Order: sequence, then C-alpha cells, then structure tokens
Amino acid sequence: MSAPAARRRRLAFGLALASLLLLCAGLAAGGEGWSPAALGELLRGPDAGLIVGQIRAPRSLGAWLAGGLLGLAGALAQGLFRNPLADPFLLGSASGASLAVVVVLAAGALGGHGPWSGVGLVAAAFMGALGGVLLTLLLARGAQHTLRLLLAGVVVGVVLSGLSDLLTLAVPEALRGRQVFMLGSTGFLGWDGCLLLGAGLALLLPLAQRLSRLLDALVLGEDSARSLGLPLPQLQLLLVGLLAAATGLAVSQTGLVAFVGLAAPHLVRRIAPGPHAYLLAASAATGAVLLLAADVAARTLIAPQELPVGVLTAVFGGAYLLWLLNRQRGA
Amino acid sequence: MSSQPRSSCRSRRRLGRALTAWLLAPALAAAAPPQRIVSLVPGLTESVCAVGACARLVGVDRHSNWPAEVVALPRLGGLDDAQVERIAALKPDLVLAAPGARVVQRLQALGLNVDTLHTRSHQDVRHNLLWLAQRLGDPALGRKAWAAIETQMAAASASVPAAMRGRSVYFEVEASPYAAGPGSFIGQTLAQLGLRNIVPEALGPFPKLSPEFVVRAQPDIVMAEARQVQDMPRRPGWASLTALQRQQLCAFQSADYEVLVRPGPRMGLAAQQLADCLARLAGEPR
Repeated sequence: MSAPAARRRRLAFGLALASLLLLCAGLAAGGEGWSPAALGELLRGPDAGLIVGQIRAPRSLGAWLAGGLLGLAGALAQGLFRNPLADPFLLGSASGASLAVVVVLAAGALGGHGPWSGVGLVAAAFMGALGGVLLTLLLARGAQHTLRLLLAGVVVGVVLSGLSDLLTLAVPEALRGRQVFMLGSTGFLGWDGCLLLGAGLALLLPLAQRLSRLLDALVLGEDSARSLGLPLPQLQLLLVGLLAAATGLAVSQTGLVAFVGLAAPHLVRRIAPGPHAYLLAASAATGAVLLLAADVAARTLIAPQELPVGVLTAVFGGAYLLWLLNRQRGA
Repeated sequence: MSSQPRSSCRSRRRLGRALTAWLLAPALAAAAPPQRIVSLVPGLTESVCAVGACARLVGVDRHSNWPAEVVALPRLGGLDDAQVERIAALKPDLVLAAPGARVVQRLQALGLNVDTLHTRSHQDVRHNLLWLAQRLGDPALGRKAWAAIETQMAAASASVPAAMRGRSVYFEVEASPYAAGPGSFIGQTLAQLGLRNIVPEALGPFPKLSPEFVVRAQPDIVMAEARQVQDMPRRPGWASLTALQRQQLCAFQSADYEVLVRPGPRMGLAAQQLADCLARLAGEPR
C-alpha cells in the first residue's frame, strides 16, 4: 500500500474512533458535568429515556451531523473558489440566515402579528441562508465567474448584516436572540433536527462526490476544467446549490458555528491530502468530530453552566489558524 | 347461565372507567395547580413569588435575583440559551418563558408544559399576576398583588410635587442611547406620575434615539443609571442640556435601577422611587 493511501486509512480510522469516543462522551456529559459513574446511575434510574434518549443522544448526534455538513460545505467552498481560506458562509448564507432570524424575533417582539410571526426560527434561518446565496447568484449573474461570485457574496453579506443591525436597532428585543444565533448553539437539537441533518448529509455528500472530478479539474484553473469538456457554468451552479443547502441546513439547526467549515478541509489536507472525492468525505468526518468535540467541551468546561459552542470553535479555530500562520512563516 | 353476561357487563364497565380515566388524565393533570415551576424570565419569577408560590419554584434563569428565596435556586441559563437538559432533569410541571424563544419549542417537544407570557406593559403585568394566581390555585392572590401595585402607584403619584407635573422627561435605558418610550411599562409609570415623555409614542417602546434628538428636545428631567448620568456631560453637545446644568437628574444606583427596569410586582416600588426623586428635585433650587 502506498504511503498516502496508508495515511488516509489512518485518518479514517482515527476519525471513526474519535467519533465513537466523542459520541459516548456526549452521552455521559450532562448539565452537571462529565462523569461515567453519574451516567451509570442515570441509566439505572427512571430518567434515562428522557435525559439520555431525548436530550443527550440527539444533541450529540445532531452536533456530529451539523459539523459534517459544515466540513463538507467548507471543502466545497475551498474547491469552488480554489482558495484554502474560503469559508462556507462566503456567499451570504450567514447574513441571510441572521437577517431572517432577526425578522422573526422582531415580529414576535412586536406582538406576534404579520406573515413572519408564524415561521419558526429554524425554518426562517434555512430560508434566509438560501435567500442570501440566491441573492449573491443573482448579483453575480450566475456562478461561472468565481471572482464576481465572491465579490457579490461579500456585498450581500455586508448589506444583509447592515439590515439585521438596522432591524435590531429598531426592535432591541431581538438583540439577545440574534446574539445567541451568532454564537451558535447545539443545545436545542432534537431527533427531528437530527433527521433533517442526517437526510441532508446522506443526500448532499454523494451528490458532492459526483462533482469531485470538476473540483479536481478546477484546481488546475477554469480554462483547464473547460478544456476537459466539462459544462462548467451548470456544474458550478450545482456546486453553489450544494454549498448553500449544506450550510443552510447546518446553520438553521445550530446557528453560526465559526471555523469548523474553514478548519476541517485544512486539517485533512495537512494530515492526509488526496483527491476531492476523498477530501469531501474526510472533511465532512473531520467537521463532525470537531463540532462534537466542541459541543462536549461546551457542556463540561464550566458545568453546570454552559458555553456557546460557537465561542469554542472560534477560539480553537482561531488558535489553529495562528499556529498555521506561524508555522508557514517559520518554514 | 346468567353469570357470563353479568361478568362481561362488569368487565365492559371496568374497561369504560379505565378508558375515561385515561382520557381525562391529561386534562386533570393540566387542571391541577403546578407544584414544580421553572421561570426563565426575571419579571415572571417575581410574579410567581408575588402570588405566594415562591416555594414552588425549582429553577430560574441567570438574571432572576429577587426575592432572596430565588437566589439559591439552580440557574438554568438565559431565555435564549437555556439549558434544556437541566430544566428537564428538574421535572417541572410548568415552565414560564417569553414568546418567541427557541427553547419553548424544544421543551414542548420533550413533553414539558410551557407557558409564554409577555412582560412589556402594565396590562401585561396585571394579566400575568391574575393568570398565574388562577393557574397556581388561588385567584384572590393575583387580585391582591395587582391591587397592591395600584395602591403603591396611586400613593407615588399623589406624592409627586405639583411643580413637577407636566415636566418633560428623558428616561435612558441604555447609553447608545435607547430610551423608554410612552408605550413601555416604564413610560406608562412616568405618565402615571404626571410626566411628559420626550419620546413620541410612534417610535415604539424602547427606541434608539439620535443623541441630537435628546439635545434638541431639552428634557426638563433626565433619568438613568448613575454611571450613565456621570458620562452624559462628556457626550458631544450634551453639556448644553439644561437638565444636566441645573442638576435636574435622577441618577439611580444599580440595585434601584434594576427595580425600575423590571416589569413585575415591584412596579409600585419603582413608581415610588421615581416619585421620591421628583420630590427631591422639587426641593432643590432651580
């Protein structure tokens, strides 16, 4: 077996083992901290079904699945833009979701009337994320010019964030809810959310892998990809659609969890690089492990209080990027 | 011969009784006054205690700090980042929250009984007290609690010096500056004390104002938390506010200020604090 293939196998084994251990830790980590003895006691008691079955299990699995979607979205974004610093939220999905959440919160604060008041926060965030990306595509007149797409994404992000700020100023009651959404949270994940995230990942990952040949070709530049006879505009549009769906699904369930989408493909490329068919799956698995690890840490670090999971991913993700920067400077 | 139909009739009756009991069980459980309450809103925590059910609280949000009995209770996060597992583990038969919070749906999905109540105006506070007292089994306590607030409000209003009535007021909620408009519970209290709010009603309960708006409105009286009042003369143009120059200021220390900005049973006390400040201002040379 070649060395790269062996490294990939080792990474796959490591990720599977980490997922298993972290899922077990997720079942043991509760509102009062982490303890296998307390878990044993809980499992023997009458509350096992509610606390472990209805709260900890869907929360842990949901964090794993949402992290998987973010990792996949990160790999798609970095492949599409041929930029290792590309982030799943680049195309306006984060600001679109945030604006939709603020609209729903403001509608609720103003008395619960109007068309937005009946929409739940999860559905609003998903629709907002897709709306943000759609607006970016409209402004960029399609996905065939990646630079224009990127600039349109930046513009949409700034404008929609500005609108969110404006609405929050008008209805300050929405401020706290918006802040919690921006910090990310896995605390409200239930089995219904897991079902949506799982179905999304099961559908989007194979679809994305079918486009891996395009992503491999894009590494050499758009002209090279075109020379291979690939219908570039249509496939790029499809890639953007997959990216938007993966990001929108994750964001709607967990809020804006920073750095997972950015860091997961980076880690895979560092540890065991490979073609995109492999990179997409490995990034999804790495993202899943990263978010689940952050979720378990968020529950236990200051128990019985809890940290917003997005704060941990931002702190650790930022530290990782700084370390990377220093390493590259030293090299 | 006749024993078989009789036993079948008996078993049918037993089955009917069991079925009726099973069907009525949720309704009976819902009708029984809750004994284990979690409150995720400070104003509702205070309202529960005001209707005599403080001992039934088993957990509160991180901001609930009055009365003293609730300080030792488990803290379950805030309304928007409530800790679902810890709430469920407390096995509450009633969770009180504000409408729109995401935790409401999650707790309801877990089978918990969640009620959402607004706390924006005097009417909301009155409704909450009456509703909670009814729900907790003694409606008279709700009426009593609201009557106490009304009595305190009336006494506070009566104690406002005549010279202060009709004066314009700016109540700052936050330094950005956000103000309490006439539609907010604070604005309603100020109106009851005979003051005129510089904020138009159309701007909403807690609008963010331009600092220039306050300077141009030249309120007769400025009310805010003490540390914000200290900062006001340093804001561009605010030194020209006659209320600052003439010290027509109500600067509240944080504990007193908390009473003012909490929509609950202490609204009468809040009105008296405001009235006391107005009396103090009236006694000072202008």
